[in-house]
Amino acid sequence: MKKQYFINANIIDPHNSINETGGLIISEEGKIEAVGKKVNTNNLPTREKPIDLKGKYIFPGLVDMRVFVGEPGYEYKENFRTLSNAALAGGVTSVVTMPNTDPIIDNVSIVDFLKRRGRDKSRINIFPCASLTKNIEGSNMTEFGLLQSKGIIAFTDGIKTIQNPRLMSRIMNSAKDIGCLIMQHAEDYELAKNGMINSGIIASKLGLSGIPEIAERILIERDLTLLEKVKCRYHISQLSSQKSIEVIKHRKEIVKFTSGVSINNLSLNENDIGDFRTFLKLSPPLRREEDRIALVEGLKDGLIDVIVSDHKPEDEESKRLTFSQAATGASGIETLLSLSLELYHNGSLKLETLIKALTSNPAKILKIDKGNLSIGNDADFCVVDISKPWIVKKEKLVSKSKNTSIEDKKLQGKVTNTFVKGKELFKL
Amino acid sequence: MAIKTNKAIKISQKHLLGIQDLSINDVNLILDEAHDFIKVNQSKNKKIDALRGKTQINLFFEPSTRTQSSFELAGKRLGADVMSMNISNSAIKKGETLIDTAMTLNAMHPDIIVIRHQDSGACNLLSQKVNCAVLNAGDGRREHPTQALLDALTIINRKKKIEGLRIAICGDILHSRVARSNIYLLNMLGAEVNIIAPTNLMPKEIEKFGVNTFTDMKKGLKDCDIVMMLRLQNERMTSSYLSSNREYYEYYGLTPDKLEHAKADALIMHPGPMNRGIEIDTNLADDINKSVIKEQVELGVAVRMACLKIFCT
Repeated sequence: MKKQYFINANIIDPHNSINETGGLIISEEGKIEAVGKKVNTNNLPTREKPIDLKGKYIFPGLVDMRVFVGEPGYEYKENFRTLSNAALAGGVTSVVTMPNTDPIIDNVSIVDFLKRRGRDKSRINIFPCASLTKNIEGSNMTEFGLLQSKGIIAFTDGIKTIQNPRLMSRIMNSAKDIGCLIMQHAEDYELAKNGMINSGIIASKLGLSGIPEIAERILIERDLTLLEKVKCRYHISQLSSQKSIEVIKHRKEIVKFTSGVSINNLSLNENDIGDFRTFLKLSPPLRREEDRIALVEGLKDGLIDVIVSDHKPEDEESKRLTFSQAATGASGIETLLSLSLELYHNGSLKLETLIKALTSNPAKILKIDKGNLSIGNDADFCVVDISKPWIVKKEKLVSKSKNTSIEDKKLQGKVTNTFVKGKELFKL
Repeated sequence: MAIKTNKAIKISQKHLLGIQDLSINDVNLILDEAHDFIKVNQSKNKKIDALRGKTQINLFFEPSTRTQSSFELAGKRLGADVMSMNISNSAIKKGETLIDTAMTLNAMHPDIIVIRHQDSGACNLLSQKVNCAVLNAGDGRREHPTQALLDALTIINRKKKIEGLRIAICGDILHSRVARSNIYLLNMLGAEVNIIAPTNLMPKEIEKFGVNTFTDMKKGLKDCDIVMMLRLQNERMTSSYLSSNREYYEYYGLTPDKLEHAKADALIMHPGPMNRGIEIDTNLADDINKSVIKEQVELGVAVRMACLKIFCT
């Protein structure tokens, strides 16, 4: 690989506290050789022709902590190849995959398969999760130690929740012993039973059963109470309500934990469901505007650590049904950054806060050396024209499944190039 | 007739999916038309040819006696060719989706599809996929517009107006599409609506619909002109909402002593089918001076004829 020189970029790398105009040099091995304001035309070798980015932004490649890939079992929804293409189009270079496949990622032999497929078919960094319990049935723990030694990054039942408090406390004990990260999808099943959207006037109007915010809060309260006794690495996958934020704020003073939020819950609210739009049937559900604002504030205050896409590809057939029959989830990895930028453009959040929640914070929680532009590290980064206007059209999406929650939305800001290990793998 | 309006007005909607979508002009148009059909239904020759040559398909995914037969009769009296699909023998049982069924039926060029479905919003989905008009005969717990319209017609027939009346809707509001459609319609027509139910059977934030809510039936019935009872929908109750039918009857069953709190000339209504001895005292249900339950059924045919005619042409 030839050495590459980029100049006149706005570089934001929260991990290294870089927020300045400058350049980037990539070594022949695809590593970061130099970064920042000192990289400019005055100190580059004259024979080299640098690429002038003309004020575009360089961010570290995004780290998306919650992604569903259809492989194995649901390849018709998304496979590693289509997922990585979609990710690259969105500036995402590292993903944490959920274990909700068929079969479930719950034993060592399937991890080998997964790693092989990930390596052969994917062009981005894949960090697979295994399930907390066998076959995500919520009764028997998986082998945290053996799975972790095979390269499992974290443990979660993905779309499922550990309901049994005794089992949860035992999971926490094991996680502490082994030092692994556990991630909970916080939802009390009994309170959320048959629920499809946020409990409230919209649910009453549409005649759909509701999922009350308390179903989330009560589980978070339970887990954080257990966590007081057992200090393990615990992460709440997604928060969705104002009340949950209040709980988090209070508990942060007592115990250490981290939390995430889906870009959907940050950008949309229950009103967007309109006339039974099944693409907005999500888990956790979209809630009131007050909740959305509280989540944005939570990010601003550092109470929420990461933004995830909650990328859940579903084929047309699973969504062209009545609301109660339709599958839950939205495809979103390629619009993650652009939709996040909306929060910058409308003045809700600083650009640095957003990029931190999309790069260095998830990397820190996962304990991986990604999501930064540190010298000597793999050159995983994206080039972004943050003011470029565009309209989301599902037929133009790269992902195999087109179930976007923001069809026809006007966005500002688009990834123009994505590099992994110094190679340009996406170009607009 | 209380609300005679200019007959030249056209309906604003292509489909009848819910009362929510209708304007007051739409409602008046339907009620006026229905009023004219009451006489047709009472005369010797009940058949007219308003819909001759038109095809009506009834697609009932849930069991129904009165609504299905009412729609069938209404279509036949208007001269339409009516086909009622028997779901238990259809491809739906073989796993065909609602949309595929809709596409298949659509290819046969019906002029109107009447649908009842257990899922809220099923009629909305269907209406997006077919070329003909879709009439909602009840979707999940969302809406049952023709029931609300026939209730309104019954009230107007007896009380000569709706504006200014105090109307109680009592019972399993949570699972009731009839309650939702009636709340929208009665509010639109200027009634004061009282909702009476135990908290467990009250939809969340129902007061934002513009109704008064009561958990004490006697208070809720105070000075009411109309008492609309709803069926306890045991088949939709997935977990413990109530301790027992016995206790429910004690607190929320319509009995002569509770009815005392309403106006002396208050009318009793029920969309049927009734659970006698659970939500309503059996003698009250049959009391010809107070109960208009049979009249509701009778006017139901007239309302459905009006809807078919208006949405089909």
